[in-house]
Amino acid sequence: MPMFTVLLESLTGGPLTEPAAPLDDARLAALATRLDAAARRRLGRSLALRHVDAGSCNGCELEIHALSNAFYDLERFGLRFVASPRHADVLFVTGAVTRNMREALERTYNATPSPKWVVAVGDCAFDGGFFAGGYACAGGVDAAVPVDLHIRGCPPDPAALLEGLLALMESSASP
Amino acid sequence: MSVTAGLIARGARVEACRPWPRSIVDAVVWREAAGHLARGALILTGLWGEPGRIHLALINADYSQPAILTLDCPDGRFPSVGQRHAPAIRLERAVADIVGLVADDAPDTRPWLDHRRWGLAHPQNGSGGDAAGPAAPYRFLAAEGDSLHQIAVGPVHAGVIEPGHFRFTANGETIVRLEARLGYVHRGLESLAAGAAVERAAALAARASGDSTVAYSLAFARAVEAALGVEPPPRAHWLRGLMAEFERLANHLGDIGAVCNDAAFVLMLAHTGVLRERVLRACAVAFGHRLMMDRVVPGGAAVDLDPAGAAALRAVVGEVRRRFPVLVALYDETTSLQDRTVGTGRVAPALARAFGAGGFVGRASGRAFDTRRALPYRPYTMLEFETPVREAGDVDARLWIRIEEVRESLNLIEQLLADPPTGPCRADPAAGGGTGDAKGAEGVALVEGFRGDVLVWLRLGADGRVDRCHLRDPSWFQWPLLEVCVEGAIVADFPLCNKSFNCSYAGHDL
Ligand code: SF4
Repeated sequence: MPMFTVLLESLTGGPLTEPAAPLDDARLAALATRLDAAARRRLGRSLALRHVDAGSCNGCELEIHALSNAFYDLERFGLRFVASPRHADVLFVTGAVTRNMREALERTYNATPSPKWVVAVGDCAFDGGFFAGGYACAGGVDAAVPVDLHIRGCPPDPAALLEGLLALMESSASP
Repeated sequence: MSVTAGLIARGARVEACRPWPRSIVDAVVWREAAGHLARGALILTGLWGEPGRIHLALINADYSQPAILTLDCPDGRFPSVGQRHAPAIRLERAVADIVGLVADDAPDTRPWLDHRRWGLAHPQNGSGGDAAGPAAPYRFLAAEGDSLHQIAVGPVHAGVIEPGHFRFTANGETIVRLEARLGYVHRGLESLAAGAAVERAAALAARASGDSTVAYSLAFARAVEAALGVEPPPRAHWLRGLMAEFERLANHLGDIGAVCNDAAFVLMLAHTGVLRERVLRACAVAFGHRLMMDRVVPGGAAVDLDPAGAAALRAVVGEVRRRFPVLVALYDETTSLQDRTVGTGRVAPALARAFGAGGFVGRASGRAFDTRRALPYRPYTMLEFETPVREAGDVDARLWIRIEEVRESLNLIEQLLADPPTGPCRADPAAGGGTGDAKGAEGVALVEGFRGDVLVWLRLGADGRVDRCHLRDPSWFQWPLLEVCVEGAIVADFPLCNKSFNCSYAGHDL
């Protein structure tokens, strides 16, 4: 019975991109249209993302997770997370690249077929953030693999992550 | 006299340490403490080293009178606690890696955090590290028998999760042994904090484990305040309580959905994901950051709550109150889902007790420890709440503990919102107790994060710097139980068990 109630409420309750955050909704709607055009040109409306935590505090992961909730609904943009780098177009890398993770990151990068893009997510992935300079971290993601786009923030919020993905789509689509 | 008090009395008290007593003891007392741990008269709550000495944080079996024992070990060796008491084994391996102190007769001498990739060894040995140890392949524990095969998983996993390696030995589908190898996200946090200004060290602590950023910041702040003798104003405690409970609420909501999702019940994740997002958005309005990172600081809170923020918090509490009971009923009445969770991944109460497992892992296996109650701190001293406990120890029980804790957090938040104190939200450092030369002052704090008890110990240096600090995540005493609870389970149940534990990698690896 609860299953029926929940399903019925979901069907009759209207979409969740609700008036509580009108600004966000407008921004997301604009993003959806723009991203759609760029993605279609380059990759036939679909882009496969593979996440690699290379030394994150897990804060960035929480916000990457949020991309999949009903408010951001990443998949409506044709963007989806895949389980293997061999299926990925984009590596979403977080963290200050620990020396203990560096090889795993490099191997994941090498396992990703070209063309591929690397997005460095968060301030740690940018330049090591608070963890730069120690014995245990290599620094930003570009210390290990070439980076196409940095999305700053500690952590970047889901809207910033979506915006970053859009920027990547547009720049990769222009010759 | 309690066991800890008796041990403390037999050593030389270090008056600089507050509020827990610390004594420098000899090897006889140290060994005795290990014996008390082994027979369950004491609970291990931390074991860490500095150059030339090793510290052991203990609580009595009735959760009273925490204390720290210190053993000087000028020759770099100390009697192994892990030899008597298994929960200490990985902590001793970490001490050997980080400080270079060797546990005599330790049952396991393999490196733990050190994967031989740092270019040096013993980074905290006092002289900035030794020459790197020889690289050697990591030997996983053996499993012997017919028709066994190994499955190696990680460090890069298939989902959006933290990195670690799991080595399964299986017979067909049945898990014979699971061993985790961690340390992949070791960032050298404690070394970076040593010698850093208190503000920078606080920011590092806030990034030990992002899902527990409030809990870590609070533990760090309370340790600094204890060392300095500073008491934050009432409104600071109030704000901290709100943030801590919102962090717990957001994480539990996420976990409840994620556990059901790993049993292929996606509907729950969709709905708890919405509630979690609403909570995070309200926190952003109220405190200026979705995860409330850097909002709890030594001396108080970095932000105050304005009427609009309070209204956002009230609204989201109302929303969760309205929506959550339907989801609980959904779990309670979906038998196909419970078919996966009931009886799966059982942790025996005796094991949870022996390991001092905190949070929902401990409470689902009959261990009622809750720092907010056992070693109370403000604002909890003035609030009413229950600590849910169950005995079954399975995935289902860990889910129910979270469900019940969501309700308790809502109750706590409502009590807090109903009675806001006025005044500043941060102690004026000039008016604080010990703003003179704080060099050598030590503070220690235990805080109840969503996952369990977070320990922070620190010693201040000159000029408002941290001389040394140690952070201990609750996961240290939970990871080993995950390995045990999947023995005899099928490999396909591992993700479900793992999610029901939701141990931290970053907080453990630091
Ligand atoms: S950028 Fe911030 S949130 Fe992301 S991993 Fe680094 S410290 Fe954590």
